[in-house]
Amino acid sequence: MDDLIVEFITETNESLEELDIDLVNLEKNPNDEDLLGKIFRLVHTIKGTCGFLSLPRLEKVAHHAENVLGKFRDGVLDVTPDYVTLIFESIDQIKFIVNTIEETGAEPDGNDAGLIAKLDAAYEGKVLLDDGTMKDSTGAETPSAPPSEEEKPKATAAPKQERNLAPGDATMDELEAAFANTPGMEGIVNPSDTAEEETDTVEASEEEETTPIETAEEPSKTDSSKTASKPKTNKTLRVSVDVLEDLMTMVSELVLTRNQLLQILRAQGETEFSTPLQRLSHVVSELQEGVMKTRMQPVGNAWSKLPRIIRDLSLELDKKIELIMTGNETELDRQILEMIKDPLTHMVRNSGDHGIETPAERIAAGKSETGTIRLDAFHEGGHIIIRIADDGKGLAVDKIKAKILQNELATKEEIDNMSMQQIQQFIFAAGFSTAAAVTAVSGRGVGMDVVRTNIEKIGGSIELKSEEGKGSTFIIKIPLTLAIVSALVVEAGGERFAIPQLAVRELVMVSEHGDNRVEYIKGSPVFRLRDRLLPLVSLSSILGLGEKHSLQKGERDPPPPTISADDENIDNTDTSSESTGFKHKSKNLYLVITEVAGYEFGIIVDRVFDTEEIVVKPVAQILKGLTLFSGNTILGDGSVIMILDPNGIANVTGNANMSEDLDAMQQQKAYKSTADKKTSLLIFNVGDKTPKAVPLALVARLENIKAEDIEYSSGQMTVQYRGALMPLIPFNPSVSIEEEDDKPVLVFADKEQSLGIIVDEIVDIIEEHVDIQLSAQQGGLLGSAIINGVATDIVDITYFLNSVNHDWFKDHDDTPYKSSADGEHVGDKKRVLLIDDSSFFRNMLTPLLSMAGYDVTSLEAPSEALQMCEDGVLFDVIVSDIEMPDMDGFEFAQKIKQDNGKWANTPIIALSSHATPQDIERGIEVGFTNYVAKFDKDTLLHTLSQTLTEN
Amino acid sequence: MAEAEESVNNLSEDFLTITVGKQLFGIPVLQVQDVLRAQDVTKIPLAPPEIAGSLNLRGRIVTAVDVRRCLSMPDKEAGQNSMSVVVEHNEELFSLIIDNVGDVLRLEKADFERNPGTLDPAWRDLSTGIYQLEKSLLIIMDVSKLLENIG
Repeated sequence: MDDLIVEFITETNESLEELDIDLVNLEKNPNDEDLLGKIFRLVHTIKGTCGFLSLPRLEKVAHHAENVLGKFRDGVLDVTPDYVTLIFESIDQIKFIVNTIEETGAEPDGNDAGLIAKLDAAYEGKVLLDDGTMKDSTGAETPSAPPSEEEKPKATAAPKQERNLAPGDATMDELEAAFANTPGMEGIVNPSDTAEEETDTVEASEEEETTPIETAEEPSKTDSSKTASKPKTNKTLRVSVDVLEDLMTMVSELVLTRNQLLQILRAQGETEFSTPLQRLSHVVSELQEGVMKTRMQPVGNAWSKLPRIIRDLSLELDKKIELIMTGNETELDRQILEMIKDPLTHMVRNSGDHGIETPAERIAAGKSETGTIRLDAFHEGGHIIIRIADDGKGLAVDKIKAKILQNELATKEEIDNMSMQQIQQFIFAAGFSTAAAVTAVSGRGVGMDVVRTNIEKIGGSIELKSEEGKGSTFIIKIPLTLAIVSALVVEAGGERFAIPQLAVRELVMVSEHGDNRVEYIKGSPVFRLRDRLLPLVSLSSILGLGEKHSLQKGERDPPPPTISADDENIDNTDTSSESTGFKHKSKNLYLVITEVAGYEFGIIVDRVFDTEEIVVKPVAQILKGLTLFSGNTILGDGSVIMILDPNGIANVTGNANMSEDLDAMQQQKAYKSTADKKTSLLIFNVGDKTPKAVPLALVARLENIKAEDIEYSSGQMTVQYRGALMPLIPFNPSVSIEEEDDKPVLVFADKEQSLGIIVDEIVDIIEEHVDIQLSAQQGGLLGSAIINGVATDIVDITYFLNSVNHDWFKDHDDTPYKSSADGEHVGDKKRVLLIDDSSFFRNMLTPLLSMAGYDVTSLEAPSEALQMCEDGVLFDVIVSDIEMPDMDGFEFAQKIKQDNGKWANTPIIALSSHATPQDIERGIEVGFTNYVAKFDKDTLLHTLSQTLTEN
Repeated sequence: MAEAEESVNNLSEDFLTITVGKQLFGIPVLQVQDVLRAQDVTKIPLAPPEIAGSLNLRGRIVTAVDVRRCLSMPDKEAGQNSMSVVVEHNEELFSLIIDNVGDVLRLEKADFERNPGTLDPAWRDLSTGIYQLEKSLLIIMDVSKLLENIG
């Protein structure tokens, strides 16, 4: 059965039960306004809900009853006993229908013409006289609807209607059988008997229920009997939230006590308590789980109202909106659910109001008339992810910019330096709304900041992705529960702290020496974790424990492992001077790699202890200002420990450009776009003092080559390298090789080819945004950029590959299809898609194009590109290799053009080492705009800019 | 405190005497939940200096407040004893770290006096008034004010 209906029935049943008591009072006190109001509201609610759930029969009854009740309430009609009877009758009929729905999932057949006729008569106010006769004739009226025979007892029993709740509980068959067995309905049963019998025999003897007609003197008794018979239909039990909360608190305490016991046990070794304690521990865990379960509710509860909201919204705004919801059944802690309900509603409304365009706009934008809002909920690594995506117009960055300026949230210069992502984040600022007019729906500017606050309050995070014209996606990440969390206990500066396990990605042990070490960029610690450069924060320094920490080293009794580590590495203590701000001792440190809203960073701690289940308790009011802590708790050993808030730490890391990093990371993950991405650069020295840098990705290997190994063949320096001759080029031709023993050589390799460039000294590998500030005056250099705070020459490897070693491109022997003078690249960043199966060329061309001011996305295979095309990613120009496995460039171009897809009008430049006239002809035929030789940097750049201007 | 007075009687009130530095203070006895010996306190980094940390009192987390610091007195010397008085404020428990705890005195309300105008304003702010005892003066500590002034 539909969840909504189930909920409706449960609620209605509850209200009806409550009403039972009141109804009796109504009889005694027919003009009790409060009571009439109550009944009116209930009937009104039922009517309203029925319309929504499409339960026409119930709706009809409720509707007519409501009319009459409205008159009573307004005092237009006096409530006479006859009318009370009528009200009873209506309520009973509602009960009957509700019960049938509960049992069969559908409304009972038949109609309620008789009742409705009476109600209508009452509504006219003229029925007083014949009402008495109607009472008797009800039985005669209803048989016209054969299946609803059970209405008869109701009708007959009209004066004491409450009795008839029970019959509704019975199935039709049972009732019919009961009818057959019961001679007449007139038999009056002693009320107390009925009540008892009923309670005792609800399951078995439904017959009893068809006969009961009792006097009004015993109403409360019957009420209780009815309530007692309820469990038969209700498999669920409504428990007050307070009870559950109390239970939860107690379980939390129990968990803590269990932890303490286990701690003691651990210290004691094997004792007779071990076994029972283990068992206790298990039971407690199960109990904890069970109690947690009682707090879990499907997330669908939070958004059950959304379809209606969207429906109303689309009517109101004249839009066509489809709401797709998946993952309704994903369960979430009640408390959290309550807290995200409003933010969710708000965001869906926003999507409908701001996001989705009107049908006309949508058609104009080449979209389908109906906009879609998708709501997905699912589990992911201890979190619940809720995604709200619309395919509307997305965030209008220009409008946001204007609004930022208007609200003076940032200056124009600041905005100019911001990434799209950063600008978009402003919608989370307080009082920010870009809706031109305040609609009834949204646009009051109190939205997204509240949403974000609410979500962060429960330890969640919210991400935003939006592309103008394509739609927006909000991703909410929330913890499963708040009460008990698993936390990692760490030590820093002699104090212990707990970090919620949910935020912890991994733990890394770092040592002073060896591969895993902390490096410093201008004093800021960083760590290279599998190709990624993670910013680090030292917990002791952000908590102001830094200095104390190094002082305390001797005085406080440091934990044993620390001592030994210290002893071993005493000679290294002086290395701590190389860092600023963070005094790391010469011992093993631990990095807690933490992820907050997609932003990863490492927290440096001195020690890592266990993980422990902790009960998060709020910090004292007085400490609320400390954003680094999300709460505190009592550990198993009875000590109090502060719980760190990863969000707070992320903020403290001076992480102003978090969204930018986030952006970069996402892009990196998704499509390896180089926009905003840091490039790993190999820094080396040669000749003059200016450090040189080359994209690390280009360098295949670093070698040290002895001077005596260098041979000359036809004037070219070579070396025997891996069984082949590798040409060598001194970066600085004036340098003399002979006098030095060893020379570092950068080896570049592609396929079978390799080339070595001799340099003086390899300095470092640095990850940095490459932003060429000065263009090069000298061959072999692309220009200068500031890297690591120093002006550095960026090396143009193509120059060396090209100028010195003509054999390099022997595989790709081609001449430029089109050659001309240097083309100046104009305009803002154009998006270039580069497809080449050779990682060498990708790595070579990507920085080259980036440096020329393009936003480059490089892909390995055309299939990936086609996927992106399907995803709707757009580019200004595509540069594609021809020789590729699986699908070659020709086929790729054909595919793009023939499908008349999104990229059909995007110019494609072929990049090939094969440029025979036939190839070129074929290329043009399949849709290539231009043909460029692979290694011809200048022509490529020129062609690109020309192509872009033309198109 | 109003309720406290009434519940004892209308004429006198009981005070727990404590010493901080050399000064005798009184705290209305009904505000005192517990008197503890020196406890292990977990430091709270970045917290105001008056906050000594937090401790576990029978499963409840109690914020420890260094009263010496609240009163701008120098910190205790190492090895000096300390005691704690646990009070409730705004439904939260606080453990006031003081030097020593003395007797409980029942004092006549009639003897209660306003603070002398010359009292250090910082102290005047933290006390409701003064009793003249035989040997010394007893400053009645306004616990709520003391806690609210932190930070």
